[in-house]
Amino acid sequence: MFRFAQHDKITPMEIVPLGDSALIVRVRDQFEDAPEETLDEVLRTFQRIRNAAIPGVIELAPAYTSVSVFFDPITVTKAIEAPDKLFDWVVKRIRAAVAGGVDPGWTARSPSRTIEIPVCYDSEFAPDLDHVAEHAKISPIDVVDLHRTGEYRAACIGFVPGFPFLSGLARKLATPRRDVPRKEIPPGSVGIGGAQTGIYPLRSPGGWNLIGRTPLKLFDPTTDPPALLRAGDHVRFRAITREEFEALKQSKGHPDPAAAGTGPHTQSSGSAGEPV
Amino acid sequence: MKAIVERAGFLTSVQDLGRTGFRQFGVSASGALDPFALRVANLLVGNNAAAAALEITLGGLRLHFEDERIVACCGGEFDVRVGPKSLPTGHAAWVHAGEEVKFGRPQIGCRCWLAIAGGIDVAVVLRSCSTDLRAQFGGFEGRTLRDGDVLPLGTRPGSSPLATGISTWTAPHDWASPAKRVPVLRFIPGVDWNRFNARSLRRLTSEAFAVSPDSDRMGVRLDGPKLERVDNVDLISEAVAPGTIQVPPSGKPILLLGDCQTIGGYPKIGHVITVDLGVAAQLRAGEHARFSEVSLADAHRLLLEREREFQRFRVGIDLQNS
Repeated sequence: MFRFAQHDKITPMEIVPLGDSALIVRVRDQFEDAPEETLDEVLRTFQRIRNAAIPGVIELAPAYTSVSVFFDPITVTKAIEAPDKLFDWVVKRIRAAVAGGVDPGWTARSPSRTIEIPVCYDSEFAPDLDHVAEHAKISPIDVVDLHRTGEYRAACIGFVPGFPFLSGLARKLATPRRDVPRKEIPPGSVGIGGAQTGIYPLRSPGGWNLIGRTPLKLFDPTTDPPALLRAGDHVRFRAITREEFEALKQSKGHPDPAAAGTGPHTQSSGSAGEPV
Repeated sequence: MKAIVERAGFLTSVQDLGRTGFRQFGVSASGALDPFALRVANLLVGNNAAAAALEITLGGLRLHFEDERIVACCGGEFDVRVGPKSLPTGHAAWVHAGEEVKFGRPQIGCRCWLAIAGGIDVAVVLRSCSTDLRAQFGGFEGRTLRDGDVLPLGTRPGSSPLATGISTWTAPHDWASPAKRVPVLRFIPGVDWNRFNARSLRRLTSEAFAVSPDSDRMGVRLDGPKLERVDNVDLISEAVAPGTIQVPPSGKPILLLGDCQTIGGYPKIGHVITVDLGVAAQLRAGEHARFSEVSLADAHRLLLEREREFQRFRVGIDLQNS
């Protein structure tokens, strides 16, 4: 547990307002230098604040180096004596929760799941594969090999619902976003944007370089939770053929981890089912 | 019972107080861009303050009612007719079975919220009836209304008919019509305030910003003095929220509204306070807005004061309906 000893001293937690009804808990000030440790710490902070059930706190969301906390000032006021100290009170409660919280069920180093996502890298789904290969000065096949063997981690879910920003992309594959974004990208498209890779859950505009497509549904508002991935999840890709792509697309959109074989393989190293 | 959308107008959608609990999955708040106006309109018709209502942008809506209902609208000042009668904002109107409610163009502002007694009976998706227009779910089939749509309405509360058709009692003017001819948005400085040079910070509060035509429910794009940074550090993406004023490299600020993304990487120069989101929701292309700085404690004080008055108003309305 050297994380605590080293990094907390270097960058103490900072809490800043995000308007009058939210705030941001900045756990670290850098991400790229230690993505794994940073995410673990952000998730632990997220979990501890959630467990504290602070009156008036409505929801929390982790992203890269921080956790945002949304609260209802009116409910908070009912819990405190001096309304002019509302923000300070919330901050104090958060600091207490983070400092004194316990992490039940967390025995493993990382509180995250591993999810495998099947991706078809066929040229039809990969209009920018050649461009990425040229940029990296390697062959398109090597691009696919590097991409599918990588070990990734969802640093944040956002931009559109269910979109995972995945860290861990091979340095060589980092490719700047397209100068002119596409107006419409098909759902399931796997792309590279700068040093990150990600998956478009919905038909949307976007500027990332597209190198493949997954048949899985990354976002489904009829299920709760509505997204396949959460911040902190470990992600692996599995290359599939065009036939497998079609079969998987027919058989399931939103994966059911219990159904072996077709869905993504889910392992929880933390408490069962609820890693974050 | 139902209401038939004879004309959907420019942009009409089903909204409630918005979606909470799913930001960690990238799901936007959505909801009425002025949640307070929606709450007031709902109280006026005897609904739960959080009931689903219609958000009407720039008018053009014509709604045909199958059964009798009480309706009310708050927000921008539109020419609203209930049958032959004119309905001012902040009043309740009795709509007879078979009658039409028509929205003309706004005189001031650009959006209003029409509450219908009984609410709009759409399915709850991810704990809200709001339409997420970007991700296309929730509300009425995840989209804006179209001509010919049939809106399911909830069971109406047992309120008595209004003798004159239009109520004599009304909501406070500021609540019913938050749109301003000269809009001033109060804000608290954001975490990236000091990344901007002194001249830009001065100009933010001393000059007017024009509302750009490419503004929408995600945000109001503003054109005015260029806001310049003193650094060029790439920021790590973190949460943004409705009210956040972010400044992209162009130096032209964007004031985020209800449909905004959950995260952003642009510097946050400030945040419009919650009580002024209703003014922000009324900004229309070509208009000019100004910014005025307040403290976080003031933002909270103003919000709590308004809420106390709202609770008093609720008591008054309950007496009216009993």
